Amino acid sequence: MKEILTVSQLNDNIKTLLEEAFGQLYVEGEVSNLRRPQSGHTYFTLKDDKSQIRCVFFRPYGIRNVRFELEDGMKILCRARLSAYLPRGEYQLIVESLEPQGTGALQKAFEQLKARLAAEGLFDAAAKKPLPFLPARIGVVTSPTGAVIRDILNITRRRFPSIDILIAPARVQGEGAAAEIITSLRNLQLSGLVDIIIIARGGGSLEDLAAFNDEELAREIFRSSIPVVSAVGHETDFTICDFVADLRAPTPSAAAELVVPCRSDLLDTIYSLRQRLIAAQQRFFEDQKNALDTVRARFRDPRMFLADYSIKLDDLHDRLRNYFTHHTQALGHELRQLELRLQNRSPRRLIDEKRFLLDTMHKDLLGGWKRYHDGYTRRLNNDAALLASLNPLAVLQRGYSITRRESGDDIVRDASRLTLGERVRIQLAQGSFRASVEKILGE
Amino acid sequence: MAKENFEAALEKLENIVKEMEAGEMPLDTALKSFEEGIRLIRFCSGKLEAAGRRVEMLLEKEASLEIKTFQDEDSDGQ
Repeated sequence: MKEILTVSQLNDNIKTLLEEAFGQLYVEGEVSNLRRPQSGHTYFTLKDDKSQIRCVFFRPYGIRNVRFELEDGMKILCRARLSAYLPRGEYQLIVESLEPQGTGALQKAFEQLKARLAAEGLFDAAAKKPLPFLPARIGVVTSPTGAVIRDILNITRRRFPSIDILIAPARVQGEGAAAEIITSLRNLQLSGLVDIIIIARGGGSLEDLAAFNDEELAREIFRSSIPVVSAVGHETDFTICDFVADLRAPTPSAAAELVVPCRSDLLDTIYSLRQRLIAAQQRFFEDQKNALDTVRARFRDPRMFLADYSIKLDDLHDRLRNYFTHHTQALGHELRQLELRLQNRSPRRLIDEKRFLLDTMHKDLLGGWKRYHDGYTRRLNNDAALLASLNPLAVLQRGYSITRRESGDDIVRDASRLTLGERVRIQLAQGSFRASVEKILGE
Repeated sequence: MAKENFEAALEKLENIVKEMEAGEMPLDTALKSFEEGIRLIRFCSGKLEAAGRRVEMLLEKEASLEIKTFQDEDSDGQ
């Protein structure tokens, strides 16, 4: 007795069987053949190296349970139910939620969340709260055991030994870690005891740090009224928590240093300010005192001014007199100089010289004339005597006579020149007489 | 948290010292500034007093918060 089934009946039976037998499943694999038609549902194939299965991810789940964009090649972990699609007689997974697996997928999910929160403004610098300069009590969200809390306690104590610490314990890794961190963060805010919160964890892989890339935690940090410092992982690790926090410290130790000022530095600062204040105060009073002294020195009895003026008047008077005296003297001197110069150029000397010359010449002239005159007088006298001696009349006195030819009146010096009978005139010293030649006697 | 915080006090002190050093204030202002400066120094120094600290744990117990001394801080020496 064979039961004959229609295709629909068979597939219906298979569907019921599958859904009852498998219930809720967790399946991991790699995404391929990703499709997202108009409906908004997501279709893909999940596969490993040997096999594959069809998956569908309906939109309502998609919106609520996936905070990253699926991509081909991404490794994911799905929570799903097995079912059958009757029109085609295919079985498939109805995915209820999924999360990324492996570095690639986690990295992708991280980048996507980061971009989304950044777009929402959760990382905006303007939203960052300033850290208190000197916190009274520091809240620390971290594991209460291990190196991280020990480092923070050591460094805070070393830098500033009197700042209280309130630890809000939370697991920082694994399932539920994000929820614990959120609760602790919330509790610290509710307590109202701390003025800054450090969220800290040591280094680790992207999976290890997954709790710090939780969207809810990011929003809780953003909402916190108390400044939050994120100190997750090593220097090179970045988490969403780092971006949304008011300050990111590269390591938990660095966070402790950033949050707690160094007490000895502050003491130095205050000591130096104290010295400067006191010095400034002293200098201020010295300046005031000097100013007062200066004013006091300048303030004097008005009678002193009168005396001063009197003295000044005398002084001016003296100076005026001296000036004139000096000036007059100077003028006198100058005048004398001019006079001397004028005298030096006086024509009197020239006149005297010329007059002297004239006198000399006059004397010379007179002398010359006299000598000349005397000479001539003397010569004249001599000549007169000579003349007198030569006067034939004088010879005649001595008995001589002069015979002249009557015809010619010339003196007869040679008897031979006479002719007989010639008439001659003979002059004697006293008178003359005429005679005629009678005889020539010769010598 | 104190009503007057350390940072504000320190900043105020620095300003007072700078103004005093500039030396261009009236005498009574200078006197007041000096007194205020000394008060701020005492306040800031007080904040820096090296008293011991408390290290505690904030725990949730039956829907309310509870504070317990943190036992693990053996190296703190307090």
